[in-house]
Amino acid sequence: MKILVAVKRVIDYNVQIRVKEDGSGVVTDNVKMSTNPPDDNAVEEAVKIKEAGKATEVVAITVGEEKAQETVRKALAVGADRGIHVKAEGILEPLAVSKILQKVVEKEKPDLVFMGKQAIDDDCNQTGQMLAALLNWPQATFASKIDVKDKSLEVTREVDEGLETISVNVPAIVTCDLRLNEPRYASLPNIMKAKKKPLEQLSATDLGIDTKPRIEQIKVEEPPKRKAGIKVGSVSELVQKLKNEAKVI
Amino acid sequence: MSVLLIAEHNNKELKPFTLNAITAASQIDQDLHVLVIGHNADNAAKAASSVPLVKKVIQIDNSIYENYLAENFTPVIIKHAENYSHIVCSANTFGKNLMPRIAALMDCSQISDIIKVVSPDTFLRPIYAGNAFATVKSNDKKKCVTIRPTSFDAAPSDGGTAEIIKGDGADEFTLTKFVKKEEIKSDRPELGTARIVISGGRGMQSGDNFKLITAIADKLNAAIGASRAAVDAGYITNDHQVGQTGKVVVPDLYIAVGISGAIQHLAGMKESKVIVAINKDGEAPIFSVADYGLEADLFEALPQFLEELNKLNTIQK
Repeated sequence: MKILVAVKRVIDYNVQIRVKEDGSGVVTDNVKMSTNPPDDNAVEEAVKIKEAGKATEVVAITVGEEKAQETVRKALAVGADRGIHVKAEGILEPLAVSKILQKVVEKEKPDLVFMGKQAIDDDCNQTGQMLAALLNWPQATFASKIDVKDKSLEVTREVDEGLETISVNVPAIVTCDLRLNEPRYASLPNIMKAKKKPLEQLSATDLGIDTKPRIEQIKVEEPPKRKAGIKVGSVSELVQKLKNEAKVI
Repeated sequence: MSVLLIAEHNNKELKPFTLNAITAASQIDQDLHVLVIGHNADNAAKAASSVPLVKKVIQIDNSIYENYLAENFTPVIIKHAENYSHIVCSANTFGKNLMPRIAALMDCSQISDIIKVVSPDTFLRPIYAGNAFATVKSNDKKKCVTIRPTSFDAAPSDGGTAEIIKGDGADEFTLTKFVKKEEIKSDRPELGTARIVISGGRGMQSGDNFKLITAIADKLNAAIGASRAAVDAGYITNDHQVGQTGKVVVPDLYIAVGISGAIQHLAGMKESKVIVAINKDGEAPIFSVADYGLEADLFEALPQFLEELNKLNTIQK
């Protein structure tokens, strides 16, 4: 079984986001970037399945500018076998990314495609489902547990009411939740070795996909600020304030 | 221009967030139709038809729709989408799973999780865990939009008499099978719609200690939330998680106990009307969004809090 794992380069989850003054977006210059956190879970799961002898190859793919390669290198350092970088510039909407992934899937013919359930930059939560639609494959979204069976997967999904289990035939798309596993860290020797693993370069244009955004971003602004609160000295003061001032209890 | 809203229901009743989504959908266009796909879901269809903002209900009945699978719902929706300018639903796990599958097949670049309808093609949505708001305009002919339910009031649910018509289903998608759903039943208000939410974080130190929170939730008729750290540590189940990748809540009162306030958690609760933080670390970021902060050991503060509430002797409904 072959697993393709899609990873995205985003502003690191610990960075305090700053909105540009001209309203054109958020500040990305000199800001720490890293792999979208649930994409790390997707890579980890694929590598674990391979280590368990249930997969033969793990291929990591990213779509984006030159530096997006870093996320593929990181995946290679934690166990992916080879990488693909599809070069594309500017804002990439999930629809365009899923069309690019569709082209690569048609060429690579993986049995499974894994990715994070949501990117923490645009918070769209779309790409996996869109790819599943374009391929007419099953989709197991928000996965917190994956059991690999013979020609299918049993996937536990985190849903609003609790947990749901579905069974999907292979080939399938799985989007991963943060609770699926604990991503490993790359060791220095493995980071060095990853530099020698093959990384294929493609471009969106080569694949015939137009990535021009369909959605016009009119402006990006800071959310309204909350007015500063107060510290209370005791529990009884807190309860009095909640009752008499805020009138919420 | 007409809007088609995909109802979320359990074949017996509409899920409450469908009413919030209806409010948003009616702001896009008043000609709002609701699609109820299910099995023996007459009551859910009737409930949708009694919402005054709804102009028409289309009901699809087949045993293959008893359990919701995006793979089965999508072809039905595509079949019925022709006469609509917008396809919309709630941005909860139901809609997040479903809408992109529809959008991709209609070659539409979806707009997720809107918090405001600016005009029929322009919407406000949070990005970067709510640390920025983007105003975006869709240039697609047909627009696929998901709605953050807590950003819109629930529509009044009775008095309407919309016509219910039966519609055709589509072929079954046989490669995905529903196995089971482990739903956590509770007499408490739902986290997403509760007037008061009390949440625990890593500071609770164990699942057992959540009983301190439960006692106060019982007293205040509150829902119980949690930070991702508390869920990851196994103190409480995932359906309680509040935050960027969990639930977004906007209660009148949010009480954060032993939660440091990572931006990912703040994303799920900072629009609450009144926020209380109880934390022994005075520098914890949660205090920056709290209206009332109490720097204290939660294991002392929570029992006192309950005692003070008992003294008030008010029954919360």
